Amino acid sequence: MKQIARLGAGLLLAAGIATAHAEEDVRIGMITTLSGGGSHLGVDVRDAFLLAIEQSGREDIEVLVQDDARKPDLARSLANEFLQRDRVDIMTGIIWSNLAMAVVPSVVRQGTFYLSPNAGPSDLAGRMCHQNYFNVAYQNDNLHGAMGAWMREQGYQNPIILAPNYPAGTDALAGFKHLFEGEVAGELYTQLGQTDYAAEIAQIRASDADSLFFFLPGGMGISFMKQWAGSGVELPVFGAAFSFDEVLIKAVGEAAVGARNTSLWAHDLDNATNHAFVESFREAYGRTPTLYAAQGFDTANLILAALESAHPDDQDAFREALREADFDSVRGEFRFGPNHHPIQDVYVREVVMGEDGEPTNRLLGIAVEEIQDIYYPDCKM
Amino acid sequence: MSATLLLEQLINGLQLGTMLFLMASGLTLVFGVMGLINLAHGAFYMVGAYLTAAVTAASGSFLLGLAAGLSGAAAVGAVVELVVIRRLYHRPHLDQVLATFALILIFSEGTRWLFGSSPLWLNTPEWLAGHVPLPGGARYPLYRLVIIGVGIAVAVGLWWLITRTRLGMRVRAGESDREMIGALGIDISRLYTAVFALGAGLAGLAGALVGALQSVQVGMGEPVLILAFVVIVIGGIGSIKGALLGAVLVGVVDTLGRVFLPLAFRAVLPPAEATDVGAALASMLIYILMAVILAFKPRGLFAAHD
Repeated sequence: MKQIARLGAGLLLAAGIATAHAEEDVRIGMITTLSGGGSHLGVDVRDAFLLAIEQSGREDIEVLVQDDARKPDLARSLANEFLQRDRVDIMTGIIWSNLAMAVVPSVVRQGTFYLSPNAGPSDLAGRMCHQNYFNVAYQNDNLHGAMGAWMREQGYQNPIILAPNYPAGTDALAGFKHLFEGEVAGELYTQLGQTDYAAEIAQIRASDADSLFFFLPGGMGISFMKQWAGSGVELPVFGAAFSFDEVLIKAVGEAAVGARNTSLWAHDLDNATNHAFVESFREAYGRTPTLYAAQGFDTANLILAALESAHPDDQDAFREALREADFDSVRGEFRFGPNHHPIQDVYVREVVMGEDGEPTNRLLGIAVEEIQDIYYPDCKM
Repeated sequence: MSATLLLEQLINGLQLGTMLFLMASGLTLVFGVMGLINLAHGAFYMVGAYLTAAVTAASGSFLLGLAAGLSGAAAVGAVVELVVIRRLYHRPHLDQVLATFALILIFSEGTRWLFGSSPLWLNTPEWLAGHVPLPGGARYPLYRLVIIGVGIAVAVGLWWLITRTRLGMRVRAGESDREMIGALGIDISRLYTAVFALGAGLAGLAGALVGALQSVQVGMGEPVLILAFVVIVIGGIGSIKGALLGAVLVGVVDTLGRVFLPLAFRAVLPPAEATDVGAALASMLIYILMAVILAFKPRGLFAAHD
């Protein structure tokens, strides 16, 4: 009897927690990387996301933030907590593709919405796409492919290309080659997390390449650029924004100047939403936002716009509202393809020395208009 | 493939080797003298790099920064020995691994708390930014040659310290019989603190030197730590000579493997596959080397305790 009474109390308690927030309130769970290597990405996504929610002035939205420390197993258990204990309506925040693959499929299958502010692995755009999954950032190949197309257009004929030997690295080079459509002088693969590039730089020097394209995310890019500048090899350098965000190029210093990179956004992109965003972000946090911040900001504003027409509990209506993507994006035009991945312009930026004596990115122009991923035909939604 | 490329890569391998030696010598000394497995050795590498970056940025002098990195890491090492490590000497290795792993986490989060999560800026100073011409027309960065020079100087210094000084005599005595030198009236705990601080200082020096070439960021020490463990296992745990030879061996094999394995496979496979297979095999090469050496010399090349 005692047992049953205790069980009953427990059930009441559980029910009490579940209904603790009012029916019309919205709860958003954010799992992102706030500690360890590469945490500046997660910090920027979080800061911009919270800024957008604050600017909306809505009191009925609660954002719960958790740090995954870049560990897939931890991200998974945090997701379960969000789903089962906190009963969140929407999840977002994951930075890395391997973490996204560990978390997203089970989240969306259990009927919760997931909006990606960064990671865009090909599987989630293609055969594993889901009606509750939206990518507000990019599909992983986009920026590399756009750089391939732009370099071909600029008349480069013989680039040497470099990436770490792991899925996102090989995807990056495949994406680049797909739109470059020509022969490359060579492909170099490094180890993931490699810190010394003397061997690769010597090979680049010994090749007959006319340019260098590389994908080395985070600290790898810093190490490479510093050693590259010290090597005296003088080839034009190209990459995706992942190695040239505002935080990284400040750590590289003068060595980054002159490198050109593709990005879906630039802080000097000329539209009213972006002006307001960059200004308010600088005011709130005292630094220039990175593209990750822009993606976090857009993700929040997409959610806010969709909430205007429906509550996530009304799944079909809310999903339809997300699909519409009727919000002012900091990147200008923004719409979703049939697989809920963006169709968007990709820009080229050049690293220049800023007025404050620190390097910064300057917008050069559009690399490819309305780029779309190549996996959407595999998506059966 | 030309002779110049080969020469350049050999120097690259030597440079990686000397940097690994700075890390491995401290690790092997601490293990040899105190029997302690110190996973937190990479933290001192990071401390050295961060202090150098911070002091260089504040003072504008790289040499001052380097001195701060070296002495700061040694000081932090001494404090860690006094507060934590001292309690671990008589514990089993598993306890040591757990405690020093906790130190890694504490140092990483502490550094992030103090300096933020963005990587710090640290560049090679102007006067070391030049190049040295190599025979065959290539140019080699002066700074990397300086790292090799520092590594050789440290190796000679350590050799002199261990074989020619009283401290070195005690270190050697401590390696062969810990209880006996205590019984002979040597203050063993002071010796331990000194050796630990020396190892930490050398790791800090490595971090400071390499910080100018790579990115100064939280967690930068752990990848190097793994290589340093490979080095001391190959060289024989506890042996400085083994650490030097092991470091150069690992540095050269790793560098040459990364460059020439993909090229070699290109002779028998289509280019894309050759790159894949070659790169994959190159990343395993030093572990294969370790396995082969251990198969023939289970205690490493120069085992300290026979």
